[in-house]
Amino acid sequence: MNNVLHLVWLVPFFPLVGFLITGLLRKQLSKPLISIIGSGMVLASFIVSVLLFTEVKNGNTYVANLFDFISFGTLSIPFAFQIDQLSSLFLLIITGIGFLIHLYSSAYMHEERNEHFGRFFSYLNLFVFSMLLLVLGANYVIMFIGWEGVGLCSYLLIGYWFKNVEYGNAAKKAFIMNRIGDLGFLIAIFWLIAKLGTVTYSTPEGTGVFDLFQKLTRTDLIGITLLLFVGATGKSAQIPLYTWLPDAMAGPTPVSALIHAATMVTAGIYMIARSNVLYTMAPYTQSVVAAVGLATALFAATIAIKQNDIKKVLAYSTVSQLGYMFLGLGVGAYTGAVFHVMTHAFFKALLFLGAGSVIHAMHHEQDIRKMGGLSKKLPITHATFLIGCIAIAGIPPFSGFFSKDEILAFAYAKDPLYYYLGVAGAAMTAFYMFRLYATTFRGTFRGTEEQKHHLHESPAAMTIPLVVLAILAAVGGFIGIPESIMPDAHKLEHFLEPIFAKSNEIQMAALPEHHTEINLMVISVALALGMIIFAWFRYSKKPELNEPAGFGKVLADKWYIDELYNFVVVKPLNGLARFMNSFFEKKVVDGMVNGVGRLVNYTSRQVRLLQSGLVGNYVLLMVLSMLALFIVKFFIKK
Amino acid sequence: MVPVLLIVIPLVSGLLGFLIKQEKSAKVWSLLTSIITMVVSILGIAVLHNPEYLQTDVAWLPDLGSRFSLSMDGMSKMLCLLTGIAYPGIFIATWNSTYKNAHQFYALMLLMQTGLMGVFVASDALLFYFFWELALIPAYFLCSIWGGERRVAVTFKFFIYTFVGSLLMLIAIIWVYFHTPDHSFAMSSFYKVNLAGNTQGWLFWLFFLAFAIKMPLFPFHTWQPDTYEQSPTAVTMVLSGIMVKMGVFGILRWLAPVVPVGLWGYGDPAATMCVIGMIYGSIVAMQQDDLKRFVAYSSIAHMGLMGLAIFVTSSIGIQGVMVQMFAHGINIIGLWIVVELIERQFHTRKMSELGGLAQKAPSLAIMLVVLSLANVSLPLTNAFIGEFMMFNGVFGSKASNYHYIFMVVGGISIILSAVYTLNMLQKVLFGNTSSLTANARDIKVNEKFVLAVLLIGIVVMGVYPKPMIEATRHAVDAIYSKMFVKLP
Amino acid sequence: MLIERYIYLAIALFCIGIVGVLARRNAIIIFMCIELMLNAVNLLLVAFSKMHYAAGVAKNATAGIDGQLFVFFIMVVAAAEVSVGLAIIVMMYRNTHSVDVNFLNRLKH
Repeated sequence: MNNVLHLVWLVPFFPLVGFLITGLLRKQLSKPLISIIGSGMVLASFIVSVLLFTEVKNGNTYVANLFDFISFGTLSIPFAFQIDQLSSLFLLIITGIGFLIHLYSSAYMHEERNEHFGRFFSYLNLFVFSMLLLVLGANYVIMFIGWEGVGLCSYLLIGYWFKNVEYGNAAKKAFIMNRIGDLGFLIAIFWLIAKLGTVTYSTPEGTGVFDLFQKLTRTDLIGITLLLFVGATGKSAQIPLYTWLPDAMAGPTPVSALIHAATMVTAGIYMIARSNVLYTMAPYTQSVVAAVGLATALFAATIAIKQNDIKKVLAYSTVSQLGYMFLGLGVGAYTGAVFHVMTHAFFKALLFLGAGSVIHAMHHEQDIRKMGGLSKKLPITHATFLIGCIAIAGIPPFSGFFSKDEILAFAYAKDPLYYYLGVAGAAMTAFYMFRLYATTFRGTFRGTEEQKHHLHESPAAMTIPLVVLAILAAVGGFIGIPESIMPDAHKLEHFLEPIFAKSNEIQMAALPEHHTEINLMVISVALALGMIIFAWFRYSKKPELNEPAGFGKVLADKWYIDELYNFVVVKPLNGLARFMNSFFEKKVVDGMVNGVGRLVNYTSRQVRLLQSGLVGNYVLLMVLSMLALFIVKFFIKK
Repeated sequence: MVPVLLIVIPLVSGLLGFLIKQEKSAKVWSLLTSIITMVVSILGIAVLHNPEYLQTDVAWLPDLGSRFSLSMDGMSKMLCLLTGIAYPGIFIATWNSTYKNAHQFYALMLLMQTGLMGVFVASDALLFYFFWELALIPAYFLCSIWGGERRVAVTFKFFIYTFVGSLLMLIAIIWVYFHTPDHSFAMSSFYKVNLAGNTQGWLFWLFFLAFAIKMPLFPFHTWQPDTYEQSPTAVTMVLSGIMVKMGVFGILRWLAPVVPVGLWGYGDPAATMCVIGMIYGSIVAMQQDDLKRFVAYSSIAHMGLMGLAIFVTSSIGIQGVMVQMFAHGINIIGLWIVVELIERQFHTRKMSELGGLAQKAPSLAIMLVVLSLANVSLPLTNAFIGEFMMFNGVFGSKASNYHYIFMVVGGISIILSAVYTLNMLQKVLFGNTSSLTANARDIKVNEKFVLAVLLIGIVVMGVYPKPMIEATRHAVDAIYSKMFVKLP
Repeated sequence: MLIERYIYLAIALFCIGIVGVLARRNAIIIFMCIELMLNAVNLLLVAFSKMHYAAGVAKNATAGIDGQLFVFFIMVVAAAEVSVGLAIIVMMYRNTHSVDVNFLNRLKH
């Protein structure tokens, strides 16, 4: 019965093979062959994932121990894969959306030279491999391997057009910001090892972290969960480490869709959902997570309102949506957070790919002020993009509505303030998304004549993923219909129940009364609809073309957070480095060493003066010394 | 048998090498002997498990109580293997370099190998000291004859600096010798000595200075960037890949087991110096423009971590040091090879004059990227295993009162390492080509081969580190138990 | 006879010798002063030898004889010294046409 589950190693194996083939033979293989291999490997993984998923759906889970990774003394860290409800769900998202985006890329990147085309696909495959390691790992160390691996791939892909120094800086920034979070993650792992002697999630014998968590003290729990959360803020772009994600838009658009919207940035949510027991045991951390998530959701939404780069708007929207997921985790709505990861993956990948299609048609123009009226020229892109916008705005029955309202309902039960702020953010989301939509697709075309002449709908390889994702974004929410609307229809919750069983035992997050919940939904939908109508009519007719002034400028300049970091961290660090290198190292440290040498030289020069070469001096010295000896011997009493 | 061969083969072939006047044949000769040495060292670690093969003990200076006794435990085997593997790699990678009086150059390189091997297998304190100095002298000549412009001053400093350290160690060795029950320099007698706490305290500092200068640890590192910069690259590879490991080895073999109480007493100050060195090395590395100095400072940061893991006294940390010694040796030699390739082609090592190499020399770029990733100890590279275990040991240390602080402050170097390494990649590989690199060509087949072997080694060790851990586990247990046995 | 008188005489001679060595630059005079110091010591040795002989003859017929032995050694050594030293001075004169010892500082260079 478990035969299929034994195949779990195949899932990351295929993309690894794809990485090696497309990477090593990038000059020999032709572009179609590279895209077939690159996409085919991910498709193969997807097929295996579906098989695994059906098996898991029957209630079977499995841990595959491949080999001992690090084992020393009592500490044993196997290279093991765990296939259960949570990881199989993520497998489907990663490989499924991953495949669509690979397919899309084969058309989007066709202008690249052969070896760069191969390089792109090998990076993408490597990314999928790392991401699969991340979610499949049966312990925190394997998760960490994938965690750093996806950071690396993100670095490589953001800096894919490496001739551009700006892009290189963005890539660097992403990697370093991630590293700050990774340090937190790493310390949390060490903390677990020091206290429990293991990093495995759980074992049948009950020796895993989630079996022994009761041995941890309150301080341990708060410390570990906070440190893990630091890791999550880095990877999932939360305050204070979020600034890399908007810059990461320097990468090719499919990369933004895959890494910076659908998969990698949700790793932090996966990690906390995986560690849900620890978080439930540490309510203090939960409130920190909720507060940071909510703050990020609002903060990023305010910035998104004033951005004019189509990808930047989507980037800040991603940061904001990730904030909602953390809010969900913080209030104990683990299923809701995972649900939102899934729906967000659908509609945000869709939006990014749609944006890519627009950019493709506009010949790499990303400024929405120079677009407008694209709905007629790009009908498929337009339709799918609109579906994505409606989904993210939270209009029923599209998918975003279900997941977002589940989170907001739990937030209301925890503290109504969370809900009100959350709804305010949702309203802003609806506003900026339809500002983006209206400016891009409505009104009249504002680009150059040449661009207008070249406007065209993208090829099938690009539109097929758009259509598939649009369908998913439209209907994906039906697996999580809330109890208040239709009893027993929340399939996802039942599916994920074993993962969160322990947390629910400790403390079941409460939902408000059914009629309250419905009232809440009505409020948020009404607000969103109002915002949509407002934005649609306002920006279709008179798009915002001038440079913003006053408070709008503060928003457009992202609250000057980058400048602040630059001033507080980067500049002092560089100054310190310069001081250390040019003064401290040369003058103080080496100065001391050379000082010793100089002292020896000086002393010897002084002592040398005694050797005058004059016989008289020598004799005098001799006599004086003898006299001194004589005096010491006879006249100085001991 | 094996340790004797490891010493004798390079010694004899080095001495004979002085007689081969032709450059080409000298190269071939030294490559061949280094390959033979490598085979012997592989046999030592993989095939010949009978202790008879791994030990030698004959009379040397009976009046002094010193014997010519060699033995190999897991740590020795591993470091001999590193030395054995590194030499052919270095010779192949620098095959295209030419030297004046090449036969002397290669002969001295082989003599240096004798000294290094001797240090790693000696189980007699006086013999250890003897080989310790023997390794230094060829290094001195190699740098001061074939080095760069400032070679004379720099090498003078290098020699005097390390020599002062050695003499301090000699004082300590002689002191311990007089307190051995049987007036012997044998390692086993040294391990039996039971010295008073405060005596161990100052003996600790004597040993520590010698090894800290060699490693080098902050603030005793200033000889290192200059020497690395001025030496011919082949020599730099040996110095940084192998010779600095002598310091770590010395601490584990002689300092920790002989004066454990001193280490307990002064572990924290020593560890503090290491942590400062990690941060300091990283920060200074950020400002370097010369590739060689860049690698030198990043190496200071890495050596600081090894020192830290030892001085907080944890067994998993020491195990990490073992793995890291090997990994660091491989990685840094790889980095030097790339630096050498860049320098030979463009006649500069300045990052500001390079740029855009990824367009012109993709193979070189891939190699440099992977080596840099190993340098920032990304998972699935060999350095991650070592760093993970070392940091784990630091965090979980029971001996140090400040281990959490050490962990957090030392951990910052993980971030800083990413900062300076990515800066370097950006300047060298990415962006637009400069006037120098506009017509760059990619690397040749033999260079590709050596680097590819290194890369495969890096990844294999990073994915499956078990053999490495297994091979050194007993040595770690032995050292760790001696660090505790003499607690009063 | 009081031994003190010999000691005073010897001290006087020795001091004259020292002053001569320190103050004069003529090599021959310095040489003579050195001889003077040696002879001051010889004088003392002989005096003490006689004193010990007088005190210890009842028990030991050769008491104090070693002092006189030393005197002979010193005379022999002094003679050897003279031969070498004078030779050096002669060579020095040949080279510098002077016997001023301060010229010897050029040996330093």
